[in-house]
Amino acid sequence: MTPAAPTPLALIAELTHRCPLHCVYCSNPLELSHRADELSTEVWTRVFREAVEAGVLQIDFTGGEPLARPDIVDLVRAARAAGLYVNLITSGLPLDEARLDALIEAGLDHIQLSFQGAAEDAANEIAGTKAHAHKLRVLEWLRTRRVALTLNFVIHRRNIDQLPEMLALGESSSASRIEFANVQYYGWAFANRESLLPTRDQLDRSVEFLKGAEERLRGKIHVEFVLPDYYAKYPKACMGGWGKKFMLVTPNGDALPCHAAKIIPGLQFDNLKHRSLRDIWEKSEAFQKFRGEEWMPEPCKTCDRRTRDFGGCRCQALLLTGDATATDPVCSLAPQRPKVDAIVAAANGPAAEALVQPSWVYRSNPA
Amino acid sequence: MNTPELNSRPRLAVGCRLNEKSQPSRILQMPEKALRLSGPSLEIVERCDGIRTVQEIISELQSLYSTAEPQKVEDDILGYLARLRDERALDFTSEQADRSAGAT
Repeated sequence: MTPAAPTPLALIAELTHRCPLHCVYCSNPLELSHRADELSTEVWTRVFREAVEAGVLQIDFTGGEPLARPDIVDLVRAARAAGLYVNLITSGLPLDEARLDALIEAGLDHIQLSFQGAAEDAANEIAGTKAHAHKLRVLEWLRTRRVALTLNFVIHRRNIDQLPEMLALGESSSASRIEFANVQYYGWAFANRESLLPTRDQLDRSVEFLKGAEERLRGKIHVEFVLPDYYAKYPKACMGGWGKKFMLVTPNGDALPCHAAKIIPGLQFDNLKHRSLRDIWEKSEAFQKFRGEEWMPEPCKTCDRRTRDFGGCRCQALLLTGDATATDPVCSLAPQRPKVDAIVAAANGPAAEALVQPSWVYRSNPA
Repeated sequence: MNTPELNSRPRLAVGCRLNEKSQPSRILQMPEKALRLSGPSLEIVERCDGIRTVQEIISELQSLYSTAEPQKVEDDILGYLARLRDERALDFTSEQADRSAGAT
């Protein structure tokens, strides 16, 4: 018996995999969608209406770089007209003041602007291009405009010691939220993991600093911190549960339960060009596969935490154990936790200290 | 945590809005969060219009829920407004800020 589908809350729309940045921890898959296969404005507009009918409240326009789509203003207008709360996740790079005004006029509710750090040279090294100075200009433009702003700093070994400078940058902006999100190890980040995973000392110092910041800024700026789950005792509730809250749509229209699901061998994905959103959400093989608790192995099946973490992350289980149905190996109760312990030990060992100049694998661009 | 001033005027912050009245359930949407509102919580948020003061909102809800203990209604409202403020869903305009804005 397959479990009944809950109501989806948000649609994550990867409008394109094209991007002017080449970040070494990009969450896009290693195999990128081609420009010629991208969904048209018309198909996206139908998808927005189907999403609202299925109960979706919010859309996250992301990419690649969503502003690489020449029709982004039309897409924002169509999503808002359909009844969605519209969020744009962007590097800010293809933005000028006129385009920013057009997006806000079209009904954009919230911008999440990504930063690779607070120091220009280090940030540009991670992005693989000179992006930082333009992001600072975008922050200035946003100061006088009526749109909610979140600053997102992606945190890792190379920048985690610069949190005070990043926080200061955030405080000097008009942001109401600042996210310090540790890299999650999938795709490009998995390939660069040795150079990105922080040490335990770094992590402990950062948690202490951010707790203080959270307290001091309460009511003024919301500070959010995402830990690297390799250091956690229990797994994260990945995507809030498989097929429970989110649908991710790739540039060519494939509907996925999460960013990385395509790495799971044998899983078939339906495409929104050929099947309705509600039908895919409720009935497709990919969304049913790990929905609910039927699929769980021991120790998850009888664990009290299964209603909180929903069995952790399937893609992480696959990447670290070779089996997508295994218990998420970051869990301290998982039979394969020693694999994560070995990675963490290596990140804290003398060899890691010698890692002065990493040889980055930069994210490429699709054809 | 300090409670909101009784003579300040709360209004929804940028990026926070109530969905349309025609929708089956009323939802306060904000960056990375959505709150389903009904009963008193909806009555409060609908009055956060930047015009009514906190005191006026309290008085209106005290008459709306006239069988409830007035002090409890006031405490609940102040607690709820403080929570929404801490989540960055509400801004409060103070009388003083209004005057200084008017003077420039």
